Amino acid sequence: MIKYGAKDHRQLCRKGYEGMKILLKYIKPYGAFMLLTLFLKFAASMMDLLIPSLLAKIIDDIVPTGEVRRIFWWGGVMIGCAVISVVTNVRANRMAEVSAGGMTRKLRHDLFTKITYLSAGQMDEITVSSAVSRLTSDTYHVNRMLARVQRLGVRGPILLTGGMLITMTMEPKLASVLAAALPFIILIVWIVTKSSIPVYAGQQKILDKMVRVLQENITGVRVIRALSRTDYERQRYDGVNEELAKIEQKAGRISSASGPATTLVLNLGLTAVIIAGAYLVQKGETGPGAIIAFLSYFILILNAMLGITRIFVMCSKGMASLGRINEVLEAPEEMQVWAAEAAEVQTAVPLLEFRDVSFSYNGKGDHLSHISFALQKGENLGIIGATGSGKSTIVNLLLRFYDVNEGSILINGRQISTIPFQELRAMFGVVFQNDYLMAASVEENIDFFRDLSREQIREAAGYAQAEAFIRAKEGDMDARIAVRGNNLSGGQKQRIMIARALAAKPQILILDDASSALDYKTDAKLRKELGEHFRDTTTINIAQRISSIQGADHILVLEDGRCIGYGTHGELLRSCPAYQMIYELQMGQQEEEERMTPGQADREQTAALRTAAVLHRGNRKEVAPGHEG
Amino acid sequence: MKGKKKYLLFRLWRYLGRYHLLIAAGLALMFSSNVLALLGPRLSGRAIDAIGIRAGGVDFERVFYYTGWMAVLYVLSAILSYLLSLLTIYLTRRIIYQMRKDVFDNLSRLPVSFFDEYSTGDIISVVTYDIDTVNQSLSNDFLQIMQSVITVLFSLVMMLSIAPRMVLIFAVTLPVSMLLTKFIVSHSRPLFRIRSKKIGELNGMVEEMINGQKTIRAYGRESQVIEVFDRKNEEVVEANIRAEYYGTLAGPSVNFMNNTSLALISVFGSLLYLRGGIGIGDISSFVQYSRKFSGPVNEAANIIGEFQSAFAAAERVFRLMDELPEKPDAEQARILKEVYGDVLLQDVSFGYQPGQQILKEFNLHAKAGQQIAIVGPTGAGKTTVINLLMRFYDIQEGAILLDGQDAYEIRRDSLRGAYTMVLQDAWLFQGTIYENLVYGRENITMEEVERAAKAAMIYSYIEKLPEGFQTKLSDNGVHISKGQRQLLTIARAMLSDARMLILDEATSNVDTRTEMKIQKAMRSLMADKTCFVIAHRLSTIRHADLILVVKDGRIAEQGSHEELMRSRGEYYQMQQAQFEGRLSEVAGLR
Repeated sequence: MIKYGAKDHRQLCRKGYEGMKILLKYIKPYGAFMLLTLFLKFAASMMDLLIPSLLAKIIDDIVPTGEVRRIFWWGGVMIGCAVISVVTNVRANRMAEVSAGGMTRKLRHDLFTKITYLSAGQMDEITVSSAVSRLTSDTYHVNRMLARVQRLGVRGPILLTGGMLITMTMEPKLASVLAAALPFIILIVWIVTKSSIPVYAGQQKILDKMVRVLQENITGVRVIRALSRTDYERQRYDGVNEELAKIEQKAGRISSASGPATTLVLNLGLTAVIIAGAYLVQKGETGPGAIIAFLSYFILILNAMLGITRIFVMCSKGMASLGRINEVLEAPEEMQVWAAEAAEVQTAVPLLEFRDVSFSYNGKGDHLSHISFALQKGENLGIIGATGSGKSTIVNLLLRFYDVNEGSILINGRQISTIPFQELRAMFGVVFQNDYLMAASVEENIDFFRDLSREQIREAAGYAQAEAFIRAKEGDMDARIAVRGNNLSGGQKQRIMIARALAAKPQILILDDASSALDYKTDAKLRKELGEHFRDTTTINIAQRISSIQGADHILVLEDGRCIGYGTHGELLRSCPAYQMIYELQMGQQEEEERMTPGQADREQTAALRTAAVLHRGNRKEVAPGHEG
Repeated sequence: MKGKKKYLLFRLWRYLGRYHLLIAAGLALMFSSNVLALLGPRLSGRAIDAIGIRAGGVDFERVFYYTGWMAVLYVLSAILSYLLSLLTIYLTRRIIYQMRKDVFDNLSRLPVSFFDEYSTGDIISVVTYDIDTVNQSLSNDFLQIMQSVITVLFSLVMMLSIAPRMVLIFAVTLPVSMLLTKFIVSHSRPLFRIRSKKIGELNGMVEEMINGQKTIRAYGRESQVIEVFDRKNEEVVEANIRAEYYGTLAGPSVNFMNNTSLALISVFGSLLYLRGGIGIGDISSFVQYSRKFSGPVNEAANIIGEFQSAFAAAERVFRLMDELPEKPDAEQARILKEVYGDVLLQDVSFGYQPGQQILKEFNLHAKAGQQIAIVGPTGAGKTTVINLLMRFYDIQEGAILLDGQDAYEIRRDSLRGAYTMVLQDAWLFQGTIYENLVYGRENITMEEVERAAKAAMIYSYIEKLPEGFQTKLSDNGVHISKGQRQLLTIARAMLSDARMLILDEATSNVDTRTEMKIQKAMRSLMADKTCFVIAHRLSTIRHADLILVVKDGRIAEQGSHEELMRSRGEYYQMQQAQFEGRLSEVAGLR
């Protein structure tokens, strides 16, 4: 159970009120429309108030005259009023739904847009599951509130004021006794609303948790079943479920107190009216008939009051949700595109440059420190290093998902913080380590909303070695990819992602461990295609195998976020012990393989391979110093 | 249609029925609080009688007596009605809790194939939105309806006792109201169903897109995705307005019928009065009771709208609850006591979709303690073999034997418990690192956990975290690479004592040096176990006792590394390809 301190409480309430402020922004475009809705509602309520008085007129004024025709006539007037009431009511209700729908649509649109543009750091903060439930469950609550307040919210106040006015004119002294009860009622409503908003917000928070457990259970179903941990997961879910039920009950307990409490106060007021009335009658200031009439209007007021408290309960739920939505909407634009300083005239700037870059995700400990490298157009960079050494962090910074803490990143000599996001990211084609596929057709996944031609898509699939298996699929390019790519093998998924990255012929291609699930044959073919068709593309390839990167123009060796080697394959073999070690390990595997390979032909082949390797190493050694200069 | 509704009510009643005692208590509370409230006006009448009509003639003693009682009754009634709300709330929370639990319980019984097809967001939508809708209807509307029934019956009796002829008016207006309601219900039900479906779709879309936010941003496709979202959003808003379209009719039109009744009562009541049939006071009381009578009917009409959406939501909830679980274990299914790890696949055929066979007459024999490597091009069916071994999917032909027993005669949890699995997609949940490693198993000591973490070369990383093993893994602040995730799952596997091990590209994202360092640990992990290894790096599987080369769902060849190299078949070619790949790299062609 989440505990709330007074501070959280105040904060949440404040969020609710701020939510109210933001709501005004959405109400504005519908202002006139909503006023009309309220007017229609007003008319309908007036008709409802009028009908009983017409009845009184028939009985008091007409029946004594005995004119049957006039009775029918006034009966007709009553039905006329009823017709006006029903027509205006239905119309107003529908208008309320339309404007509530419109406002929700806009709110949801803005929220989704905002979430789409949130920085990676902010997304980490909010968490994916909470973003999902804010966009869904919270917006439904708001929609409900907006519609219901319009549909039911007018009637209550009108009946209340109408009833109060009538009683005032009837007998001001008695009415003032009743009016004395009002502050208590206002107090009750205020307390209930104030204490229920944070509880509702807490409820939504626990709902986030539940969404998260569900997500984990769906994505991890294989592991959970394999480890026979279904019971454990059930317990874990049960814990959240229990928590949710508890807080829901708490919210219910608070909000349902308002009805009985309001009724009680009004009823006690009524009792006081009778006593006061008794004194007035004693003094001869009023008659019992007035008290009786007073009591019947009283019922009207009571019902109106109950309706109003119900609305408030609904509002506190909606407001709690609105507060959560607002939290996201008001998140500051973390990443700004800065104005470029006066450009120095530079000739032959590298396409891409990291200058002494340091970065930390959480401000504690460096995830990258003092990284520098520069790439010319068409050059390739290989990055190698232990797991967790900061390889993917470089990608995150390059795409500006996070801003560097120190140093700078330049593209074509421009600070990346001065390049508009669209322009910056349009330069890249990227496959992330944990990338995703949509539940859509193969073509849609490769196209990825870019309106590429079918030829481009097919071509990219060809380069990515995906064409053969796509063709083998029923429906070819239109074949459906299941949720999270579940109907594809790991290698197939990666090839589609690579095709996606290649399809728009990017200037800079980033492959973050993108071919780890490919078999060697396919991997080799892929690299051959890249070499032939993407010569001008600057490539950053993060890999585990030296064989994948040893042909690169530059290789960056990372360890614990630090650069412990930078150069060509040949240079690193001489200068970087860590690289040497990795190489030796991997070549060792290879040599072992070679030893195990029987048969003369194999030996010949092995020998050729060795010779080539030695020659290559030699070449590199000769060439390397020139490169350095 | 009709039967379906009855069925839904029956299903909902099964949830309510468990609490029949509480429901009875609720009805009793409701009855007594209503009676107390109804007594109020009578007492106030007495008090007014005591006031009398003459100035100065007020009997204050009696006035105070009755008003005193009134106050007591009102307090009692308020307490009772609050108790009633508490009870209702308790009841609905229990029921909703149970529903959420039942849905999840069934989810945890569903075959893996279900999750491979169904959108996560849609499932979440059922558990959150749909159950919440049912909840709202239950907690707000159920007792209200009961209360209405009582009031309606009471008023009807009173009206009959006053002027039976005038009740005839209701014989006209009530059926009209009912027909109207019926019309509204039948028209709005499919629309509410569409709304729930659309909301599920929106949730699915949102879930998918937010998970892919980084990719969307990297490709600068934000505005296009927002467009897609807008379309879905529009559909939901549209579906909602449509569903409410008939719903908005309900309240006002029933209100209209009530107003009409009132008009009719006035006219006919007056006529009756003129003919001397009834007194003027009778008209007045009749009107008051007719108000009481129609008030709840009016309320009920409003509630019907809510019920409609609750029904549509309940339908989706029950559908998820009724998804067919994994075939139950055979009745005589055994629990494995001792596992040796001898696995035999005999003429196994399997396809995910009918007509598309992935495996064809597949044969494989893994003797206890052997290391079996499965290699072949991607998409050849390697992972499918794992799916079948673990019984995530059921074979269509052939047999799988474990230690000579039919795998389908062994209890599923027992069979799965005999395996440990490390997959390429390292799965971790939001919990501490310790919880992720131990993962619900008891009697594992901290020393063992530390040892496993050290062996998997992840200890130093964990140590550096602010809270060490107690650091929470969430997508909030802790940055963990895919390789590190794999190391954690390897450490998790090391803590398991299962006799058989499945490694499906378990170290594909781990760098070579770390892989080398964990080799020893991996060997001890694999020692004495029957292992199934899928890997692309042929070097990692060369020591396997048996290498299976899978191609197009069949075993193209099998044998040890030496045998396969000698026979110069598919495996030899794959080796060649690796060499060629390296050759071309070495030659500088990239």
